[in-house]
Amino acid sequence: MVKRVVTGNYAAAFAAMLAKVDVIAAYPITPQTFIVEHLSEFVNDGLLDSAFMRCESEHSAMSACVAASATGVRTYTATASQGLALMHEVLFIAGSAHLPVVMPVVNRTVAGPIGIWAEHNDTMPQRDCGWMQVYVEDNQEVMDMTIQAFKIAEDKRVLLPIMVCLDAFILSHTVEPVDFPEQDKVDKFLPPYRPDHAVLDPKDPMIIGSFSPPEYIQEVRYQTDETMRNALEVVEEVNAEWAKEFGRDYGGLIEEYKTDGADAILITLGTVTSTARDIVDEYRAAGKKVGLVKLRFFRPYPTEAIRKVASKCKAIGVYDRAVSFSAGGPSWIEARNALYGYTIPVINVLAGLGGRDVTEPDIRLMFDKVLEAAEKGEAENEIVWIGTRGVKP
Amino acid sequence: MDRHQGGETIAITIKTLPKEELFTSGHTACGGCGSPIVVRAAMKILGENTVTYFPACCLLVFGGTYPHNAFKVPYLHVLFENSAVCAAGIKHALNKQGKEDVNVVAFAGDGGTGDIGFQALSGAAERNEDILYICYDNEAYMNTGIQRSGSTPFGAWTTTTPAGTKIGGKELFKKDLPKIMMAHNVPYVATASVGHPADMIRKIEKAKNMKGFRYLQIFAPCPTGWRMDTSKTVEVAKKAVNSGMWTLFEMEDGVVTLNVKPKMEPVDDYLKMQGRFRHLTDEQIKIIQGWAYKKNEMDLKFVEAFSEDKKE
Repeated sequence: MVKRVVTGNYAAAFAAMLAKVDVIAAYPITPQTFIVEHLSEFVNDGLLDSAFMRCESEHSAMSACVAASATGVRTYTATASQGLALMHEVLFIAGSAHLPVVMPVVNRTVAGPIGIWAEHNDTMPQRDCGWMQVYVEDNQEVMDMTIQAFKIAEDKRVLLPIMVCLDAFILSHTVEPVDFPEQDKVDKFLPPYRPDHAVLDPKDPMIIGSFSPPEYIQEVRYQTDETMRNALEVVEEVNAEWAKEFGRDYGGLIEEYKTDGADAILITLGTVTSTARDIVDEYRAAGKKVGLVKLRFFRPYPTEAIRKVASKCKAIGVYDRAVSFSAGGPSWIEARNALYGYTIPVINVLAGLGGRDVTEPDIRLMFDKVLEAAEKGEAENEIVWIGTRGVKP
Repeated sequence: MDRHQGGETIAITIKTLPKEELFTSGHTACGGCGSPIVVRAAMKILGENTVTYFPACCLLVFGGTYPHNAFKVPYLHVLFENSAVCAAGIKHALNKQGKEDVNVVAFAGDGGTGDIGFQALSGAAERNEDILYICYDNEAYMNTGIQRSGSTPFGAWTTTTPAGTKIGGKELFKKDLPKIMMAHNVPYVATASVGHPADMIRKIEKAKNMKGFRYLQIFAPCPTGWRMDTSKTVEVAKKAVNSGMWTLFEMEDGVVTLNVKPKMEPVDDYLKMQGRFRHLTDEQIKIIQGWAYKKNEMDLKFVEAFSEDKKE
């Protein structure tokens, strides 16, 4: 295995090359641009034998991916923020027609006001489109999960599209050492995509996207729901296989850190997890019983895994880098739904919106709030905004 | 029987159109609808080695609501405004699988082509995607209930340009989409009409046998939306050409040819056959007549400027 120091965007692009994607359709948007630039270099240097459609918009890029995937080939695109919002309409088609498109999304603020830094308000509102979503913590995970994403998405029990969500700039533009998997090992792990459910071929005509009356659509919805639930198992299987072949185990749906014996557990996702892990070490050294859960998959949502975590602690805090106005952070809303009937406090800590840095003091405050709730058995405020000018946390 | 025209081989005529129907009877289009005339002929010419794409339009609905289907070839529907890029995505995926010989065609109405679908259309044309795009122009959003589009002509009644007491019909003119497409410098752009089937068939076949982006805009009356006799579709389409309301021309590799010289018959006869123009005042008819003359003058100048003998 070769170790190289690369950006998250380079890792995302290189993973597509290792996956030998057939059709790429993309449109540039900050901070995703390096992904399409690197892919263009790979194609123009003859390293990657893909049809590369440089489309005139993200709407068209996703449309091209959907059409190409429906014709039976492996497809890839990447976007961010407004680009994802523009794709919104098309995303549903990939989900309902079972088209396993793989798409890194560089999580960026959605306007307004316009901003380009890390926020999850682009991907989280897409949760109901029938796409899986995995949030990653570092550039190695960008590389590994982009390759795993194809395997999970193309599994016959799943056949759903997937977003690999990486934080803007913190990963996309920051270099880190990354182990580059060898091509022959990736080929063995990820065989060519050979679907039989979606192949437009005159020799065996099939219709995809027929106008459908109510007699048929509810079953389509059920199937998407069922296959999304199937993905819970497939994610764990693929993680285990990856760990065996490449030596890196991400824990599957969630990763637990020092949760055993913890009174207060914080659930994070994305890059904030790394800082939170350090604070757990610091607090544990000081005798404070805290633990950490890195939520990796937001869709499918790991309800059972979250319940198991809750059953061994006294309070949970859920970190969000997005907000559903008047209702709380999306990740917290999901956790509370999963934990209906549990009596422990589950509080929401919101920080880092619009790309504001989430610092060590911010995370200490998060743990302090959860520890306080664990001690009292209740929380003063269920939703806590951290580091907001003029707002007491 | 082959015959030559302009140096190319034209194998198919009305008499020799294949008997086999790839777009079959049993579809549910309204009586007199122009669009199935286009689709039926095109499918006969394109043949079974074809993949098709439709946006959300009349054709998607009347071509077969699940589990029914009038097509014997595969088709994909994704959305309304992305026909051109979806067809291109299909083509690239076929090529990657070594199926380069498959024809990929998108059929779409005028709204899905020139209004909401224009960005994807223009992008696909700029990239010279190897697809055939056929727009059936019925001059309004018919599937949703006869709302005005950019292709609706001046004065026409639609449900969003009603014949009111203050404003009578559409106040704006038809978008000149064929010339906009010609400005993209793609291998082939042509207009056609269901009223001139021989010309239409020739153009579809020519487009089929070319590579790169090919665009056909075919005038296809909608008796339901145009409030006209369902038996007069072809007659109305002929009158549109004869009165200069619709021009039949084509651009191939930058050379423009006028296919039918407009007789410039008064527009009155054309307008009178259609209920959508029933409310027109004499003044409005005069404006339409003026528009037809001006369009004709501009079209002839355009054809002259890009004619074969002007080519270096």
